[in-house]
Amino acid sequence: MTTTLQGHALALLNRLARADWPDRFKLRKPLEGLLLRGSRAGFRLAGRRSAHGSTRPLLSGPGELFDLSLSEEQQLLRDMLAPFAVEVMRPAALEADAQGNLPPALRAQAAALGLVHYGVPESMGGLAGGPTALTTALLAETLAQGDLSLAAALLQPLSAAHCLRRWGSTEQQQRWLPALLHEDAPHYALAIEEPQVLADPARPATRARKRGGQYRLDGEKCLVLQGGQADWLIVSAQCSDGPALFRVSADADGLSRQPEPAMGLKACATTRIRLRQVKVERDARLAGRGFDHRVFLDLSALGWCALAVGTCQAALDYVIAYCNDRHAFGEPISHRQGVAFSIADMAIELEGMRLLLWRACARADRGLDFQEQAWRARLFCSEHAPRIGSAAVQLLGGHGFTQEHPVERWYRDLRAVGVLNGAMPL
Amino acid sequence: MYLETPRKFRALVSQAHQVAANYLRPLSRTYDRAEHAYPKELDMLAALLDGMNAGAPEAVGAGAAGKRSEGAADGVRNGGNLSACLAVMEMCWGDVGLLLSMPRQGLGNAAIAAVANEEQRQRFASVWAAMAITEPGCGSDSAAIRTTAVRDGDHYVLNGEKIFVTAGARADAVVVWATLDRSLGRAAIKSFVVEKGTPGMTVTRLEKKLGIKASDTASISFQDCRVPAANLLGSPEIDTQKGFAGVMETFDNTRPLVAAMAVGLARAALDRSRTLLEKAGCRFDRQRPLLVLQHAEACWHRYEAEWEAARLLTLKAAWMADNRMPNSKEASIAKAKAGRMVGEVTLGCLALVGAQGYGEDELLEKWARDAKILDIFEGTQQIQQLIIARRLLGKSSAELK
Ligand SMILES: Cc1cc2nc3c(=O)[nH]c(=O)nc-3n(C[C@H](O)[C@H](O)[C@H](O)COP(=O)(O)OP(=O)(O)OC[C@H]3O[C@@H](n4cnc5c(N)ncnc54)[C@H](O)[C@@H]3O)c2cc1C
Repeated sequence: MTTTLQGHALALLNRLARADWPDRFKLRKPLEGLLLRGSRAGFRLAGRRSAHGSTRPLLSGPGELFDLSLSEEQQLLRDMLAPFAVEVMRPAALEADAQGNLPPALRAQAAALGLVHYGVPESMGGLAGGPTALTTALLAETLAQGDLSLAAALLQPLSAAHCLRRWGSTEQQQRWLPALLHEDAPHYALAIEEPQVLADPARPATRARKRGGQYRLDGEKCLVLQGGQADWLIVSAQCSDGPALFRVSADADGLSRQPEPAMGLKACATTRIRLRQVKVERDARLAGRGFDHRVFLDLSALGWCALAVGTCQAALDYVIAYCNDRHAFGEPISHRQGVAFSIADMAIELEGMRLLLWRACARADRGLDFQEQAWRARLFCSEHAPRIGSAAVQLLGGHGFTQEHPVERWYRDLRAVGVLNGAMPL
Repeated sequence: MYLETPRKFRALVSQAHQVAANYLRPLSRTYDRAEHAYPKELDMLAALLDGMNAGAPEAVGAGAAGKRSEGAADGVRNGGNLSACLAVMEMCWGDVGLLLSMPRQGLGNAAIAAVANEEQRQRFASVWAAMAITEPGCGSDSAAIRTTAVRDGDHYVLNGEKIFVTAGARADAVVVWATLDRSLGRAAIKSFVVEKGTPGMTVTRLEKKLGIKASDTASISFQDCRVPAANLLGSPEIDTQKGFAGVMETFDNTRPLVAAMAVGLARAALDRSRTLLEKAGCRFDRQRPLLVLQHAEACWHRYEAEWEAARLLTLKAAWMADNRMPNSKEASIAKAKAGRMVGEVTLGCLALVGAQGYGEDELLEKWARDAKILDIFEGTQQIQQLIIARRLLGKSSAELK
């Protein structure tokens, strides 16, 4: 008999139970709750779907009412990951930024949380029980309240899982997905971004040419998150029949990698990847039904929006505390409208970003067309997120310009929004 | 999570859109030119809407907002606040000035719906009510009003000067803010329904304005104006604990409505400018990346994103009201965002069209004039920012002035 869902959750719980860091951060209770919850949620969804005899997402909610509420599971996910973001990720962020690396300890802790399980179907041992866009966005939003760059890095396994699950054939999923759940899971990175100026991201310049039973990949990918440490790369390339995703070994002949530091996202250790006549077998091409490169890019843009929302929320919370505390001219600077109104504006635009993101995700989860909504969410976030980052630095004055405060880092990280498109599919 | 127009309101929305397109739009320019002329066509429309609303559980106009929605104790509700916002968006796609002149859809009706007791709500059910808060000496600082109300037997005697009363001369009644005792500050401010023709109440002037010319803006003076005590909305007690809360509650319901007006108006400008840009060769092809689009087209997309943010913020504030969640901050966020958005979008869309958009042959120039008021009344942009900032920062009005 195959392991039941409960079995998977138990295995995860066991892994967490063996770790000692949750006690250090006083996070054991909430994290255990998270894992228990996740398995129960998966259970319920599984039950519902078998009752409906279909694996399609439910198309209509209760009577199709306008509804902003999160499901119980989504709410709990948020409540429980928030302390991890703030207590564990935030303190690690400065050093990670300086080192230009994701601390291995943090990677292990995140793995113990089982985030990647939300991208692997239950039948293969994961917890992904239904549509994943909104839930993943909420995950990203919550983790990015700790730190944008760390959140992006920690979410790479989940991004890879979403790719393989959404666009791999059933056979490919069965071959590749279960390994992602192992303690020593292979590392994946998504090599999507290209350096060409004014190019259309929907038409990769990287080529995949068919030669017999193989493809040959040629091209250049830039700013690949976690690209240097990856065992496997998911590479987008143009084939004769349109763009496709390939799963490529990072050790393949003709593939070279070089650190490519950027303005921000330092903890993601961004990497330049060159492909020269890289040979891959035909079934390295993700072969699920109906791969649509634009949908991939839209989902990924929403992932970036979610990171932006989380970090802008962190920036807002940070300046509120700071401006109430900081005195000038005999009173807290927050008593001045020039300061207070800037904070109000941050909150206004942030809430707009969040609602645009949520609407697009909710549509995606229902199987509705969401291209327009994703486009607008990306446009809006790409405009306002850097502005919020800039306002946060401004409100701290000269202190904001130094690395004594995280707003300096968030300013750099938030500019990635709207500039980078790949690597974060929901 | 579902952030689309709910199925149960789709008929209402399409009805409101038909009214806007086929009834209001054709009158737009006429009453923009004939300021102060009464848009008599609206009487028939109002009667029609009354008829339609009579049979429908969710009504179209301002009066529907603030209604405490009935329904199951648990589960989400989509009620009067949401339906009113959706309908107002459509109507204002037609014409904001005309909507503000619609009989029985005044902001005073929203105030009545929000703070009246059951008996009053029934008594004033079919009354068209305007709202009179602003005075020559105070607008934003509404706690500083000087109009007084003094109890005399079973009446209150009102004395004072009100300005900028939307539909003040046309409405059946005016909801007037007056203080029972100036020394007691905010807590002593109460609202009174003063019916048209009450002796001592005189319309003294109508403003000439930048926009929404179809909507009259009246000055009204009250001199020993006797109002039945039963027309005081809510409780007559001066509760210094609760303070201003009573009358201020109105704004939680009306601010999303004004935001909805902005959303509807901005959509009109987006739609018209897009049509004209398409004629001029813009393809509006979302398959192409933003960076390589024509400037005009890229600007238009940016405006539309701003528009959608305002729209969703508005629906959120209304949804919270329907679900009895405290929504003061969200109502102000919606109003602030929609107010700034509508100015940017209408002025911007006009400019995208160029000289053609500036001329009176196009409504774009009118819409850009109409837009400005939406960032002023029911609390200016700055007042919304104050409210939001105080909430976020945990500051009193004495600390953050
Ligand atoms: C066409 C029209 C229709 C109207 N309809 C109605 C109606 O039906 N009923 C009604 O009661 N009123 C109505 N009003 C009045 C409207 O609500 C007020 O004009 C508005 O609230 C602003 O008040 P004010 O004009 O006195 O401006 P002020 O209060 O004098 O404000 C002037 C400027 O100072 C800013 N300001 C004021 N206080 C502060 C502060 N603390 N911090 C920062 N900035 C500040 C304001 O934002 C504004 O920019 C209407 C006005 C117009 C023009």
